[in-house]
Amino acid sequence: MATATAPAATPAAPTAPGGSPADGRARARAQKKREAEHLRSLTLGPGRKGRVAAYLVVAVLAALWALPLAWAVLSSFKAEADVSAAPLKFWPDSGWTAEAYRSVLAAGDIPLWIWNSVLVSTIVTVITVTISALAAYAFSRQKFRGRKWLFGLTVAAIMVPPQILIVPLFDQMIALRLSDTLLGVALPQVVMPLMVIVMKNFFDQIPVELEEAARLDGAGDFRVFFAVVLPLSRSIITAVSIFVFISAWNNFLWPFIVTNSPEIMTIPVGLGTVKNAYGVQYASEMASAMIGALPLLIVFMLFQRHIIRGFATSGMGGQ
Amino acid sequence: MTTTATNIPADSPGVPPVAATRLKAAGGRQRPASKTGYWFLAPYLFFFGLFLVWPIIYGLWMSLTNRSLVTERSEFTGFSNYAEALSDPQMWSSLGNTLFFTVISSVPLVVVSFVMAYLVYTGLKGQWIWRLTFFAPFLLPVSVVTAIWGFLFTNDFGLINGLLDRAGLSQVGWLSDDQVAMWSIALVTLWWTVGFNFLLYLSALQNIPDHLYEAAQLDGAGSWRRLFSITLPMMKSTTGLIILLQALASLKVFDQIFLLTQGGPNGATRSILQYIYDSGFIGYRLGYASATSYIFFALIVLVSLAQMWFAKRKDS
Repeated sequence: MATATAPAATPAAPTAPGGSPADGRARARAQKKREAEHLRSLTLGPGRKGRVAAYLVVAVLAALWALPLAWAVLSSFKAEADVSAAPLKFWPDSGWTAEAYRSVLAAGDIPLWIWNSVLVSTIVTVITVTISALAAYAFSRQKFRGRKWLFGLTVAAIMVPPQILIVPLFDQMIALRLSDTLLGVALPQVVMPLMVIVMKNFFDQIPVELEEAARLDGAGDFRVFFAVVLPLSRSIITAVSIFVFISAWNNFLWPFIVTNSPEIMTIPVGLGTVKNAYGVQYASEMASAMIGALPLLIVFMLFQRHIIRGFATSGMGGQ
Repeated sequence: MTTTATNIPADSPGVPPVAATRLKAAGGRQRPASKTGYWFLAPYLFFFGLFLVWPIIYGLWMSLTNRSLVTERSEFTGFSNYAEALSDPQMWSSLGNTLFFTVISSVPLVVVSFVMAYLVYTGLKGQWIWRLTFFAPFLLPVSVVTAIWGFLFTNDFGLINGLLDRAGLSQVGWLSDDQVAMWSIALVTLWWTVGFNFLLYLSALQNIPDHLYEAAQLDGAGSWRRLFSITLPMMKSTTGLIILLQALASLKVFDQIFLLTQGGPNGATRSILQYIYDSGFIGYRLGYASATSYIFFALIVLVSLAQMWFAKRKDS
């Protein structure tokens, strides 16, 4: 799938014999540039006019998209008086300060909420990926009574919006004594039929011969799964893991319903519902927001390629 | 395709050669029936049953009772919850708000994401930075998004009204004017979630073979012509998928509205999910809230079926 300049994005074309890696990189870069140029002339036409117009539109859009975040970052480094000044001030009178960050972090809730989010998202990701991969393998490669019927149920379950289940789930959590606990936040999120289907589609494409060789050596089903299939599925496992982690991290409604005590809240719930006791302080609020945004943005920077490919190929998602 | 395989006795140690070839013919990947499949499935089925199938059944039962959050006892009341919900003007207005939001958010979310994807796809320099800019908001937790936009929308010192002020225009009550509030929410949603559609479009655009463009170029088609006669037609099925996903996502709107306006002013932005939340967790009427959930679920199923029917008709 890769990036817009498809073939060149497969990193660094093989170096020709005798050439240094640097040569190879330069060649790959040149190649990439040629392909981008080619594509540009194919879509926008050969002239300069189309290209300039395209740059203009994309730059304006990007500026509009970056502005809210940029303004929030700037405001988080101002003093309260400068943030709530009317008429609007772009440059702070009393200079830039990290005071908002200091006061937010000193209050102590946010690090705890981040830690809760890390715990919850990790539990959800580990359980979801494990049970979905096992189930997907069964649906893909094993023959058993009721297989079609059970898989049909899984496909149908995609249509069920998790939001309609909050009422019965809440009652169920009270009965299970899991309400207002981290496990209560995490466990109901582990059922993601779409992940089973995405992984099944991937397993379907692994040539069965690879497994048969292991079977001839006497490996059982579980051995084959863990020693042969899983190592071949690293890309899909990574994509699904990241996707599940992000959706668990950003989930609001269910954690909001099931938690009550601030020390059990995840970051979206805590930030959204616990307001400053001294009225709204915008610099602090923006600082909290930035701290709340940081963990996932770092994850994104680290795994950009996987995330984009995962999202784009599987068509998963939601708000 | 797998029916032939069922004839083979389960767990037979040596599958007869004929059957083996039939197996191969039937898709190649089927092995004789065994019980191992259940072991692989068990953990998934456990959670699937406990947190999906059971709540669906239990919720359906609840919707037929007067189950409340404050008392333990509940009685069977038949369809009275449904009758009440369907005759409640508040239910209809929240449903209307939801549908209105779905329309005014879906259209720009599809159009803008295509424009973004097309521009980035054409190979403009700085791919990485454009992709990051358009996609990054999608990664923000909803409360961060609403904190930022709540601040931008503030009446006196918010950025947007501040800019309007500087331009000599009058300020707008972005979240406090009931004629404007839903549009503001749609704007926030566009900013927040467009990155997802953008990526879907981007990957679909990359699958258009170059030679189509080359052939069109040889035929003398200009760049607009190529956009309308090649790119857009090639994007038809992707657009259909994106519209469906988008409509389903927009129908489920709750978080950003709840955090920005709590459904106000005067209920102008109250969504159907908030109606469910309000009646269940604020009004303590779990049975009634369940009934509303199922009415909403019926709507979701209806939209999905309509899309499927639509797609089928276009194919034939």
